[in-house]
Amino acid sequence: MQEIIVNILLCIVILTAVFLLTVVNRKGSMTKKQKSMMSRILISATILLILQFVSADMFASIGSPGRLLRFACYIADYLIIGHDILRKALKGIGNGRIFDENFLMTVATVGAMALAVYENGDYLESIAVMLFYQIGEWFQSYAVGRSRKNISELMDIRPDYANIEADGNIEQVDPDEVEIGSIILVQPGEKIPIDGVVVEGNSSLNTSALTGESLPREVKTGDEVISGCISMTGLLKIKTTKEFGESTVSKILDLVENASSRKSKSEDFISKFAKFYTPAVCYSALALAVIPPLVRMLIMGIPAGWGVWLYRALTFLVISCPCALVISIPLSFFAGIGGASSQGVLVKGSNYLEILSKTKTVVFDKTGTLTQGVFEVNGIHHSKIGDEKLLELATLAESSSTHPISKSLQRAYGKAIDRNRVSDIQEIGGKGITATVDGLNIAVGNDKLMKYMNIEYIECHDTGTIVHIAVNGKYAGHILISDVVKPASEQAIKALKSAGVEKIVMLTGDARKVAEKVADSLGIDEVYSELLPTDKVEKVEELLKNTSDREKLAFVGDGINDAPVLSRADIGISMGAMGSDSAIEASDIVLMDDNPLKIALAIRISRKCLRIVYQNITFSLLIKFACLILGACGIANMYLAIFADVGVMILAILNAIRCLFVNS
Amino acid sequence: MKKTYKIEVDCANCANLMEDATRKTEGVSTATVNFMTQKMTVEFADGYEPKAVMKNVLKACRKVEPDCEIAI
Repeated sequence: MQEIIVNILLCIVILTAVFLLTVVNRKGSMTKKQKSMMSRILISATILLILQFVSADMFASIGSPGRLLRFACYIADYLIIGHDILRKALKGIGNGRIFDENFLMTVATVGAMALAVYENGDYLESIAVMLFYQIGEWFQSYAVGRSRKNISELMDIRPDYANIEADGNIEQVDPDEVEIGSIILVQPGEKIPIDGVVVEGNSSLNTSALTGESLPREVKTGDEVISGCISMTGLLKIKTTKEFGESTVSKILDLVENASSRKSKSEDFISKFAKFYTPAVCYSALALAVIPPLVRMLIMGIPAGWGVWLYRALTFLVISCPCALVISIPLSFFAGIGGASSQGVLVKGSNYLEILSKTKTVVFDKTGTLTQGVFEVNGIHHSKIGDEKLLELATLAESSSTHPISKSLQRAYGKAIDRNRVSDIQEIGGKGITATVDGLNIAVGNDKLMKYMNIEYIECHDTGTIVHIAVNGKYAGHILISDVVKPASEQAIKALKSAGVEKIVMLTGDARKVAEKVADSLGIDEVYSELLPTDKVEKVEELLKNTSDREKLAFVGDGINDAPVLSRADIGISMGAMGSDSAIEASDIVLMDDNPLKIALAIRISRKCLRIVYQNITFSLLIKFACLILGACGIANMYLAIFADVGVMILAILNAIRCLFVNS
Repeated sequence: MKKTYKIEVDCANCANLMEDATRKTEGVSTATVNFMTQKMTVEFADGYEPKAVMKNVLKACRKVEPDCEIAI
């Protein structure tokens, strides 16, 4: 029965190998090493299958040289498939490092081979074990290599060259070699390789690779540009202000590539675990081979049964390979980070993914996260004639203007405008408008207008666009026009709640009324308003004190002047941070665009990733220990052992790759 | 001084071992091996020549993983 199963498996292996070597390989997705390994697997499996049908009796019919010939055939096949493992194991022993999986496999297969020679029996077992082990290794290398490639492709923003003008010719050089202050040329359709300032030309830039934003950005002489953008329309001459290594593009690549170097607790656990696990297993195997026979012989006085116990010990060794754990956990994190980055969420390390998954409190800095740069009337201050009246006069005076401010005033006013009440409209460029409304002389504009008209005005302590209003030459108050809530914000808060976040807090420097209105409309649990930047740090510290150690707090900011808070929180998330170095440096997670929905997405990704990590840890350990016990009792043979090992590993890898797929 | 090298290593556990071996090499103040990106970042102690140190690093890594490659 077992032989039939093995034969069927060998057929499957041969067919798969042929398929992989012909069809899949044509796409060039295999490395040289993988190709040669696959060929070895194919050859070895074919020989093994042939030897299976040429039975031992046929060899025996030649007489005693036949037995030797049969052994030689099997040994040759064994060496085809396993010579590198043997060599590595020998080298390992030579270098004083014995306990690794090569050693485990060598001892197990050589041991099984020796037992087979002794009994002139089943060489198949030893070779099959080695074969399936190699298949597992190949699969692991292929799967990991493929996902590495996929993930790198997601983040392919690296510029290959920079154009430098020398003696009237354009020369392509490695971006690394361009010095600060050099003039580089960027032609339409090319990526800007290095951060700099435009000294000549104008163009519109496609920033979608960096921000996910599809709207092009116009640049002209004197504007700063960041690397990674694609110039679409015009030729640009750019004076570099940074080295390539310090440019935005390098920083982002660096961040993503080094993300998996910052190891999470689970990864640390696994590498520590692997260190004591392998030696422990080897000694247990030794004990299993020696102690029970001795006990039987000396104490119980029955035959020792060395062969049986040796076989069990070898099975034990095969089961014990820690590959599944060791490979699947970093792969899960890497895939999680890669999946997130394909969604415009940059995670700086596996550890942050781990913390993010435990986030129960999310603190928002209102500006730039929940609100966006579209203007809306957010406050009317110091009005001498009543807020309503002030807004009415300002709206009427601005009624014929097409300026965005006029539109926001009209929106805030919300009533039909009777233009007959307005006359003598005069636009003062860059300053504002004067007009006569209901017989009153109204001046509406910025502080320059007030200065220009010699009117004393009160400055506003809030950030935003301030529209001052004067009536009959006297200051009447100002209207604060500032950010409007992003349309996705409400949905984002809901998504956070359904992703398992228990408390959502908003911090803002804005007036209490405004803040509370925003918080109410979005469904935010707690609001702290009228805060100075330093107050925000204190508030976050206070909130940190109130959360338990297991529950983590994330702070979301726009990355501009909230670096201290970002670093103080358990995890700092900056949004729409492209081009802002300080934001990338200060935060642990960077959202490339400014959509707040991405925060919930990031949390969902992290939860999924960690769930998969724990699944893999428990699943592989359970199967391993179950098989170890079965092996020690003699219930599991070496076939079961290798299938447990390779099977668990393949399942764990497939499970890990799930981290890459994100439902947005 | 900090430098990044491209490496070739087959298994994650071997990458961990390489990291350990590199850290123990004289002249290395700290090192991280990133299996997923196949990169090794080494921070050298003051007064050591990276090239000379990396030779020893390669030797140490070959001991734990005979198949590994470091592009020095």
